[in-house]
Amino acid sequence: MNIDYVLDRRVVVPALIGDPQDFLFVTGLGGTSRDISHLTQDGPNLYALGGAMGASLSMGLGLALARPDRKVMVVTGDGELLMGVGTLATIAVMNPSNLSILCVDNGHYLETGGQITHTGRGTNLEVIARGCGIRQTAIVAEQGDVAAGAALLRDDTTASMVVVRVKPTEPPVFKRNMDATATHLRMRAYLASH
Amino acid sequence: MNSTGQPAWQDEVYDLLRANGFTQFAYVPDAGHKILINRAIADKEVHAVSLTTEEEGIGLLAGAALGGARGVMLIQSSGVGNCANLLSLVSLGRFPLLVLVSMRGDFGEGNPWQYPAGQSVEPILNIMGVTTIRADRSDEVVDIVSAAITQAYKGNCPTAVLLTQRLLGAKSF
Repeated sequence: MNIDYVLDRRVVVPALIGDPQDFLFVTGLGGTSRDISHLTQDGPNLYALGGAMGASLSMGLGLALARPDRKVMVVTGDGELLMGVGTLATIAVMNPSNLSILCVDNGHYLETGGQITHTGRGTNLEVIARGCGIRQTAIVAEQGDVAAGAALLRDDTTASMVVVRVKPTEPPVFKRNMDATATHLRMRAYLASH
Repeated sequence: MNSTGQPAWQDEVYDLLRANGFTQFAYVPDAGHKILINRAIADKEVHAVSLTTEEEGIGLLAGAALGGARGVMLIQSSGVGNCANLLSLVSLGRFPLLVLVSMRGDFGEGNPWQYPAGQSVEPILNIMGVTTIRADRSDEVVDIVSAAITQAYKGNCPTAVLLTQRLLGAKSF
């Protein structure tokens, strides 16, 4: 299967998110942790996984239910999301209106040598999300889709998911804090006053 | 026994969890947790989260903790192994964890398929950093869950309470 994604994650991910201060982020462990740690300068509104692959969606759900006053965004790759697609169904059932999911889909496991993922072989995560019951979903595949995708990520009527298809190119270079306890306590302290 | 013919300790455990500020109840369907699950579903002040698989509950409760909320996971012994890798999030991130495990493959079990996972519950949890307490008698369950809440949320010690088949009764076929 020919993968002809054209967008550059270093450009489109920041464009879809806008002001990162508007969100609490939970990210996957690979490229998306670098996308968002670079965007937030490893800020206290970010919890980035470094392992525990498959946990980003469920962590985002728990956080969104705990803090209905804050907008929560899970940013994760196609590979990490594929490990726990059932959680899309759980999110759809709970349907927290303050939770949005941004799946950065490059069709590859870039961290481990660039093996092709299921999405690169025909699996469509946006269709899966809809089939799981997520009320609002979108695919962003070209520049003209970005504005609608950005608006959906800020929608506060239902849980939503945007799949952005990007070239399998490197995320930004950023050295983030890999201490899982320090980043946990950092977000808790931040949320005590925000 | 309460009016529905179920042991009163299950209602007492629910009341205890609510009195201690628990607002997220992550569960898989299970006869042993039936009252806790139904109470959570009926309670408009908490989130009853039906899981598609047990590891979802580990992430859910860690996310709840990030936001300052308390959660408990209600699972079966057969699902403990599913959680193994995600328990690294709990130990490495020092996230609080309270799990109530409804045991099979345990005292008086007649289904051979339940033994491999049932007998592996404590080794898996212990080696991944979760302390286990077995509850065998109905008159000790509330005290044990109370101790487990303290361990998990004050003591920073991830804790699972194993509701054994001595307590729940072996399933008859």
